Amino acid sequence: MGYSAFKVIKEGLFGQRGWKPVWRDPDPKPKYDVVVIGGGGHGLSTAYYLAKEHGITNVAVLEKGYIGGGNVGRNTTIVRANYMLPGNSEFYSHSLKLWENMEQDLNYNTMMSQRGVMMLCHSDGQRDLFARRGNSMVNQGDDAELLTPEQVRAEAPMIDFDNVRFPIYGGLMHRRGGTARHDAVAWGYARGADQRGVDLIQNCEVTGIDIEGGVVKGVQTTRGGIRAKKVAIVVAGRSSLVAGMAGMRLPIESHVLQAFVSEGLKPIMPGVISFGMGHFYISQSDKGGLVFGGDLDFYKTYAARGNLPMKEHVMDAAMTLMPSIAKAKVLRSWGGIMDMSPDGSPIIDKTETDGLFLNCGWCYGGFKAVPGSGFSYAHLIATGNHHAPAARYRLDRFRTGVGLMDEEGTGSQHNLH
Amino acid sequence: MRLTCPICGERDRREFYYKGDAIELDRPNQDAGLAAWDDYLHNRDNSAGEIRDLWHHAAGCGAWLIVTRNTLTHAVSRCELVEKDTR
Ligand SMILES: Cc1cc2nc3c(=O)[nH]c(=O)nc-3n(C[C@H](O)[C@H](O)[C@H](O)COP(=O)(O)OP(=O)(O)OC[C@H]3O[C@@H](n4cnc5c(N)ncnc54)[C@H](O)[C@@H]3O)c2cc1C
Ligand SMILES: [Zn+2]
Repeated sequence: MGYSAFKVIKEGLFGQRGWKPVWRDPDPKPKYDVVVIGGGGHGLSTAYYLAKEHGITNVAVLEKGYIGGGNVGRNTTIVRANYMLPGNSEFYSHSLKLWENMEQDLNYNTMMSQRGVMMLCHSDGQRDLFARRGNSMVNQGDDAELLTPEQVRAEAPMIDFDNVRFPIYGGLMHRRGGTARHDAVAWGYARGADQRGVDLIQNCEVTGIDIEGGVVKGVQTTRGGIRAKKVAIVVAGRSSLVAGMAGMRLPIESHVLQAFVSEGLKPIMPGVISFGMGHFYISQSDKGGLVFGGDLDFYKTYAARGNLPMKEHVMDAAMTLMPSIAKAKVLRSWGGIMDMSPDGSPIIDKTETDGLFLNCGWCYGGFKAVPGSGFSYAHLIATGNHHAPAARYRLDRFRTGVGLMDEEGTGSQHNLH
Repeated sequence: MRLTCPICGERDRREFYYKGDAIELDRPNQDAGLAAWDDYLHNRDNSAGEIRDLWHHAAGCGAWLIVTRNTLTHAVSRCELVEKDTR
């Protein structure tokens, strides 16, 4: 089914009764060329690009719950390409370019809005670092502007410029960054994949991975065994559990990240602002809710809910950045399970098992990676070769120490990202 | 979340610093080889269920604790001092 202005008007006139389910609900076939485990943003975009870029359409996406019920439907929707280190820099640059063409490509409104991402700095040292980061972004071909405090004030007059602990020394503006509608991204890729023949199979949990003589043969699921020539793991927070089915122990810890949304307000936020107090960041949704969050809770968990200390910290940070937020009521908060890697950067790689591939370690930043990750993962699965923008996302970098990408500069160690 | 420090009693999570998997107590020998060190430094069971983690009672007595906790429910079943660990 295509979308057009004509169709929207016609359905408006006839009581919206002509819309049909956007994708099929097939039973699993006994055998596929590729089985993708995980129907989140990354699994769906992987299936979409396998079909679109490589003509591989005998593909199933197996999802334990429902499409969009994982982190892809829980994140705070920030899209950006403001990384500094080689490896991340070219990857997120490629991903942002795919974002810029996503709606046309999918014929689906993902509400991609390049409203700008502004990172604030609070000391001379941090401003120097931002200048350096901005230069790497520009060298990569992306956009960055170093803003003076006056320029920040012109963008965001409502923030507190004179806070004693976090005075505003300037900002790094990335105008091509912004936000998108997370659910629509999942639905758009799901629809695109389904239209090209991919089977999206929901309520189908993978419980085992069949390996014979070092070669993957298929998977066991709650809906029976499914044979496959290639199996692609992309299950975000549950990566260790699924990789464990293939006898692997990953350099991953699962942590909870919380987020918050306020009641709907008149427009106040110019775009996305990130603040130096912890990881605090905030934007405003098109409905008017202030969407904000901060750091991990910092203990391993598979419960998609957090504890009070981080909620308090995030509220403190919000008040410190813009005291005017005090009167806004918080509508709800939630959490998602993050696949944290030691250096804070992801993994897109082959495994020691022939035909078994691994995509994980997106930490709290994998929404902006949805198109790029799927594109590069599909390339690796289809051709057996690493796709250039993602070629540094190797699993063995922790063992060898070569090619670590510690973007925050805190050390490549669990509990530091 | 509250943890019961064997020395100080039940205290709020805010008093504790979280280190990670108690595997960090099993430091390999210097010549144990790359795979053993990789396992120790990076690879984790990361189980869904009962796990043993290291916590530091930073804003209390300063003791290191091994906390047995369920990662699905957040229920804490044991808190012991690392120095009493007799495995
Ligand atoms: C609160 C919060 C805020 C965030 N904010 C941002 C942000 O602003 N910008 C950004 O770039 N990123 C952000 N992220 C991170 C981003 O959401 C994730 O990195 C990304 O969504 C993970 O990839 P995914 O979409 O494929 O994951 P998911 O949607 O979690 O997909 C994984 C899927 O695998 C399925 N699965 C698991 N085990 C099995 C199994 N055994 N069998 C079958 N299926 C299985 C799960 O049910 C799930 O649907 C945020 C995350 C959270 C929680
Ligand atoms: Zn104590």
